[in-house]
Amino acid sequence: MKLYDSTELALRNLRESLLRNSLTTIGISVGVASLVAMLSLGIGLQQLAARRLQKSGLFDTVVVTSRRDLRSYNREQEENGPAPAESPVLDEAARQKIEQLPNVLEAYPDIRFITELHFEDKPHLSMVAGLPSSAKSNDAFDGMQGKFFSSETAPEAILQKSFAEELLGKTPKAGAEEVNVADLAKPLLGKELTMQYAERTASPAVAATNNPQPVEPGNIENSLGAAYSVVSHQQKLTIVGVTDLDPDSMRGPTRARIFVPLRLAESLHVIQPSDLRDTTRAVGSRPAYSTVSVRVKRSKDIPSVEDAVKKMGFNTFSIIDATRSLQQFFAVLDLFLGIFGSLALAVASIGIVNTLVMAILERRREIGIMKALGASDGDVKGLFFAEAGAMGIIGGLVGVALGWLIGHVINLGTNVYLKRQHFPPEQIWSVPWWLVISAIVFSVIISLLSGLYPASRAARLDPVQALRYE
Amino acid sequence: MTSEDKSNLNGSAAIRTENLCRHYQMGEALIRAVDGISLQVRSGEFAALLGTSGSGKSSLLNLVAGLDRPTSGSVIVQGSNLATLSREDLAKHRLHTVGMVFQSFNLIPSMTLMENVELPMRFAEVDRGKREGLARKALDRVGLGARLRHRPTELSGGEQQRASLARALINRPQLLLADEPTGNLDSRTGTEIMNFIREFNESLGMTVVMVTHERALAERYAKRMIFLADGKLIDDQANLTAVSTGAQSGGGL
Repeated sequence: MKLYDSTELALRNLRESLLRNSLTTIGISVGVASLVAMLSLGIGLQQLAARRLQKSGLFDTVVVTSRRDLRSYNREQEENGPAPAESPVLDEAARQKIEQLPNVLEAYPDIRFITELHFEDKPHLSMVAGLPSSAKSNDAFDGMQGKFFSSETAPEAILQKSFAEELLGKTPKAGAEEVNVADLAKPLLGKELTMQYAERTASPAVAATNNPQPVEPGNIENSLGAAYSVVSHQQKLTIVGVTDLDPDSMRGPTRARIFVPLRLAESLHVIQPSDLRDTTRAVGSRPAYSTVSVRVKRSKDIPSVEDAVKKMGFNTFSIIDATRSLQQFFAVLDLFLGIFGSLALAVASIGIVNTLVMAILERRREIGIMKALGASDGDVKGLFFAEAGAMGIIGGLVGVALGWLIGHVINLGTNVYLKRQHFPPEQIWSVPWWLVISAIVFSVIISLLSGLYPASRAARLDPVQALRYE
Repeated sequence: MTSEDKSNLNGSAAIRTENLCRHYQMGEALIRAVDGISLQVRSGEFAALLGTSGSGKSSLLNLVAGLDRPTSGSVIVQGSNLATLSREDLAKHRLHTVGMVFQSFNLIPSMTLMENVELPMRFAEVDRGKREGLARKALDRVGLGARLRHRPTELSGGEQQRASLARALINRPQLLLADEPTGNLDSRTGTEIMNFIREFNESLGMTVVMVTHERALAERYAKRMIFLADGKLIDDQANLTAVSTGAQSGGGL
C-alpha cells in the first residue's frame, strides 16, 4: 500500500473514534508543550544571560596594562615577558596601534582619579572615571534615571547610586529598605557639581606651544614634556544621570562612583598615578596610560586579540574563561529542563501504546478482513504506524502552540512582576525555529516508537482468528 | 506448472491438494480440522464443499484462500504451493489470485461501498485515478450503481453481499471462494447472489469453490459436490442436475 493510502486510511480511522484519539493526541500535545515550554525557558534564560553579559562589556573587553605598571592584573605573566623596564610604554601611540588590530572595535584609555567634588558647598571624595560614548549600550545604564552624556566633551556627570545617596546624605543603614533610584535622581538631576582636580601642565618653558588638544601623538612630546607642573583646577559638571547598577563593577576597589565623558576627562590632563612614577624612573617624556580597555567584536575574538596585544609587550586581562563555565551551566540546565519536559512526553507515549492496542482489539475483525482481501503484514503495520505518526504530528503541532502559549504566559507574568519591582521588562523565554521543528520531529519519533509494538502485533494477527471475532 | 497439472481435458488444475492436514491443539485435545485431503479442482469448475458444522469445509477453504497454513501436506493453487510461500507472498496470493465472500459479508462498516470496493485496489497499489472508475463499474455490475456513497449498515443483507462480491472480484482473481454466501440471506436474495456467482463462473470462467451445508443449494448451482466429514473427504461426485444460465456453456462436464 502506498504511503498516501495508508495515511488516508489512518486519518479516517482516527476520525472514527474521535474522542479517544483526541484525548491521546492531547496527551502528546501536553508532553510536547511541557518540553517546549521548559526548553524555551532554558534557551530564553541563556540568551538573556548572554545579552546581559554582552552589554555589560565584561565579556568583550580586554584590559591592557603596561608591564612597567606595578598594579598589573596578572603577575605571572610578568615573569615570562620582558623585564618591566624594557617593556613598551602604554601611551597614545600604543593605544592607536592596538585599535588597528583585527577584530578590535575600539581601544580607549582608562582615565580615573580620586578627587574632591563639591555639592552644595560640601566636599565629597570619590573616584572619577572617564566613560567612552560606546558605554551607552552597557546595561548598567538600562535602569538609569536621566540621560546619557549629550556629547563626548560635555561637562556632565553620571552618578552611581551610592554616590547619589552620599550627596543627599541618605547613606543606607544596614537592614533598611533600599532607596529607589528615581527618588534619588529627582533632587539631583540638572544640579551642578564642582570638581577639584590637579592638572598636569607643561612646564613654563614649553607652555607657549601647548596644544589644548591632547591628540596628535607627535605633538605630545613637545607639548607635555617630562618636566611639568601641577596646577589646581576646578570643573563644573551638570548631573545628567543617576544609575542604579554599577557600570564599573569589574574594577573592584578602584571602581568609580562618578563618571564623566572620556574626551572631557582626557582634555583635563588630570595627573595620573603613573606620571609620578615615570618621572622618578625618567624613562619617557610622554604621558602614559595606566590601562587601556580594548573592546572586541565578539567575545570569541578575545583570545586572538589578547595574543596580539601580548606580542606587543603588554599585559592583558579578560574574563573570557568565565563565559565557558557559564555555557556549561546552561548546557546542564537545558539538559535537566529537557529531561523534565520529556517525562510528560514519555507518559504521553504510553497513552499512544494504550490507544493503539485498544484500537487493535476493537478493529480486530477489520484487520482480519483487510488481510483476507490481501493486505500484507507491511500494509497493516503501515496503517498503525500512520495512525501513530498522524497523532504525533497533530500532537506535536498543537503541543508547540501550547508550549509557546505557556512560555508567553510565563514571560508575561514575569514581566508584570518585574514591573512591580521597578525593573525593566525582560524576554526570559525564546522559541527558536529549530526548537519548533525538532519538537515536532521528536513527537513524531516518539509516537512512531510507541506504535512499534501495536503495529507489529496487529500485523501478526491471525486472519482466521480475527475473522471469527465478533 | 507441472505436466501432470495440465493432463486434464478442461485445462489446468486451479487447486490441487495432497494429503493436506490442518491440526489444532485445543488444550489437551488435538483437533484434526483437515485430515489428509487430496483433491483437484480444475480451472473454470464450480465446486461445492458440503458437510456438517465442524466437518472441516471452512478450514479447507481457508487453506486454499491462503488465510491459514497447512500443518502438513501441500496445497497448490494456480501453480504455487501455499505451504511454502512467505507471509508476503501469501498476502499477494490473497490479493491477486483469490477473491473471497463470507457468510457475514465482512464489509468494513466505517467505509462506504465505494471505499470498501476500492480497498483491495489500495493494497494492490492501483493508480488512484483508475480506482474510482473500476469500483463504480464493479458496483454497477451487481446493481448497486445508485448506492455508491452508502455505508454497509444502510443496506439490506442481499445488497451487502452483492457489494462484497464486487469487492472480491475487483482485482480480477482467477478463483472465487465463497464461505456460506447465502447463510445470512432469505431464499429470494440467496438466489439472487447465487445467480451472480454462477454468472461469474460461466461468463468469466472463474473457478468457484463454495462452502455450504445446504445440499439443495449445491445441487442447484454447483457442478461438483465434495463431501467432508471430520476433516476427511468422504464423497466427490459430479452434479448433473445443476441448472446452467445458458449464457455461455464453457462449464459442465
